[in-house]
Amino acid sequence: MPESASTSSVANWFTSADHKVVGRLFIGSGFVGFLGGLVLAVLVAFERIDAEGYQLLDKGAGSQVLAAARLLLTYGGVVPMVIGLVIAVVPLQLGSRSLAFSRTAASGFWMWLTGLGLAIASIIGNGGPGGGEAEMVDLYLASTVVMYLGLGMVALSVAVTALTSRAPGMGLLRAPMFSWASLVGAVTLLMALPALIGTTIYLYVDHRYARAGFGGNYGIGDWVGWSLSQPFTYVLAIPVLGFVLDMVPVMGRTRLAQRTAGNVAVGVVGVAVITAVVHSTVTLPWEGDGFFSGIGDKIADLLPFALLNLVPLLGLLGVLATAVLTLKSAKPRVAAPLAFGVLGLLMILLGAASHVLYAIEDAGLRGTIYEAGSYVAVTFGTAMLAFGAVCYWGPKLWGRTISDKAAIPLALLAFLGTVLGSIPYMIAGFADQPAGALDEFVYDGPQEFWNLLTTAGFVLTLLSALAFVALAARSFTEGDAAGDDPWDGTTLEWATSSPPPADNFSDVIVVGSDHPLADMKNNSGKVG
Amino acid sequence: MHALPPAPQPAPRRQLFVGTGLASAAGVMLIGGMLAVWSQLRADAPTRFSERRGAIKDWMPADIVVPEVAANMMLIAFCVVCVMAQWAVYSAKRDDRQHAGMALGMTMLMGLAALNAQIFIWTQMGVGVRDGAFHSMFYALTGTMAFLVIAGLVYTAVAAFRFLGRGNSDVSIVSATALYWYFITAAFTAVWFVVYVQK
Repeated sequence: MPESASTSSVANWFTSADHKVVGRLFIGSGFVGFLGGLVLAVLVAFERIDAEGYQLLDKGAGSQVLAAARLLLTYGGVVPMVIGLVIAVVPLQLGSRSLAFSRTAASGFWMWLTGLGLAIASIIGNGGPGGGEAEMVDLYLASTVVMYLGLGMVALSVAVTALTSRAPGMGLLRAPMFSWASLVGAVTLLMALPALIGTTIYLYVDHRYARAGFGGNYGIGDWVGWSLSQPFTYVLAIPVLGFVLDMVPVMGRTRLAQRTAGNVAVGVVGVAVITAVVHSTVTLPWEGDGFFSGIGDKIADLLPFALLNLVPLLGLLGVLATAVLTLKSAKPRVAAPLAFGVLGLLMILLGAASHVLYAIEDAGLRGTIYEAGSYVAVTFGTAMLAFGAVCYWGPKLWGRTISDKAAIPLALLAFLGTVLGSIPYMIAGFADQPAGALDEFVYDGPQEFWNLLTTAGFVLTLLSALAFVALAARSFTEGDAAGDDPWDGTTLEWATSSPPPADNFSDVIVVGSDHPLADMKNNSGKVG
Repeated sequence: MHALPPAPQPAPRRQLFVGTGLASAAGVMLIGGMLAVWSQLRADAPTRFSERRGAIKDWMPADIVVPEVAANMMLIAFCVVCVMAQWAVYSAKRDDRQHAGMALGMTMLMGLAALNAQIFIWTQMGVGVRDGAFHSMFYALTGTMAFLVIAGLVYTAVAAFRFLGRGNSDVSIVSATALYWYFITAAFTAVWFVVYVQK
């Protein structure tokens, strides 16, 4: 019966704990959230072009649209896209039949979606950070806690899978780089989110009952604003750094150079983010009076600065260096995953490097829009990596290919849009354009020009994202059949059918090296 | 010649224990983060003179008295919970279901006693949640701690049903429960020192 089949299919999407279904739910929701965030970002950027008065918004609505744009781009777009890929791909890469605590992960998806929906609804009701509707502000705070809890549940599920459900013979350092990076990212998220939840609980109770210790609705940004800024946003990029390190050798038809260095580089970014979260919550001991009294003020100043800002940059540079070394003597095929991967990584590096400058107090960039430029580079760069990963693993998850000819121009368009969306904001920051202000600011220089360029950048990014989503939707429903191993891969996800069956693998695979599928091909099916 | 049938999927390596360990680490960050914010606001409070203790931070209002006996009993109850939970693990590993069941029951009882002590503290201290920063933060912090204790009670109840229902195949859940209670005890020790001792 077609009707009952259709009903059961819909029910399956709502109730399934299959990691591939949950992963695809996350990815699809992430596409919608990212597009929504981009539309709001265009609106905000357009409003900034003419700073003499409001065109489309008013003062109150402007701050709420700004808050909604960041929330949607980060927690509604990039986070679900990356997490969806992790959930869908990691068990396949590890040779596991399922995700650990798969019901927990499925519940995490619905909690995240409910929390995000309520948070957006509260912002619409003037309840976001700085919003004037007290009950809506309470709802915003409570719903973000629900959202963070959902993400934490998913992170727990992923971390336990990577630690306990690997195929026999696959040590942790033998796991594919995406799985390793996902483990690092999941643990980092698990350590970071509780600090965010704890502070938000304080904010909620204080705002609802006392309004005495945290600055009421205006204090929200001061206390938890770090969750939408650098260096916290690097945590979202960690898993897709692993995608770059997995994809580059496959595209270059070679082996990853300096694999251990790649492991360390990804781990370093994770450690730096956890340190940054701790720093955001409490003053580090070495910043206290006299901790370095015998060594001097310079080191006492430089040590936390280096740990929070330079170390993650070094980790990102390590990933880039590993990718470049791998491709050095290879003849890579020019495909969409490589284009999105390399260009996205460059944008994340730009964002991280620019944030180093932002953190130097003497540069005088605090409180300016420079930070938004850095945020755009990291966030859009991460989204580009996620698009690349969808091109790479989409054929496995949906069983159909995505056209390189159509996707590569979109990668270039997204890169151009990200460059235009970030660098003019950085320049305007040097000219002292204030952060958070949409109108009524004046500074020396062509302020309309910089904001016009940024608006154009956001529009280009929106167009490229919209085209990519449409291309992915059409390709994965009507495209050519992909085959089980379309990229001639070396890791286990390519050893099963496309799309994989419910239990992923029919046989237990015993792993004997970093490249189990390559071993299988060389030994005519015998691995290890 | 027929190929041999595929081997069964190897058993996951102590998923519940590893998951509980990670969740406990996340819990440490939750309570640690909340204590850090508490300490930060306390450090920013002005100084006042106390006849008993000299110059102190004007953080907890002078008219509020902490029922220290209840707070100390709560700490002791958590230590007993750890002993009982470990007894449950010891018995479960030896398939001694009678003692394991008794130990899990005692674990829940002592957990309930600790929760009862927390409720006693709330009623005796007379802190009005609307009265100031200390007041709202006190309820946020101790309320979160109480929520974690309730989660532990539910977890122990599930562990008891699963172990007693299935026998020694589910020892790992009993071990995981014990690990969770160790975390709760460590977390409460920090809360006890910062909130009830240091004030």
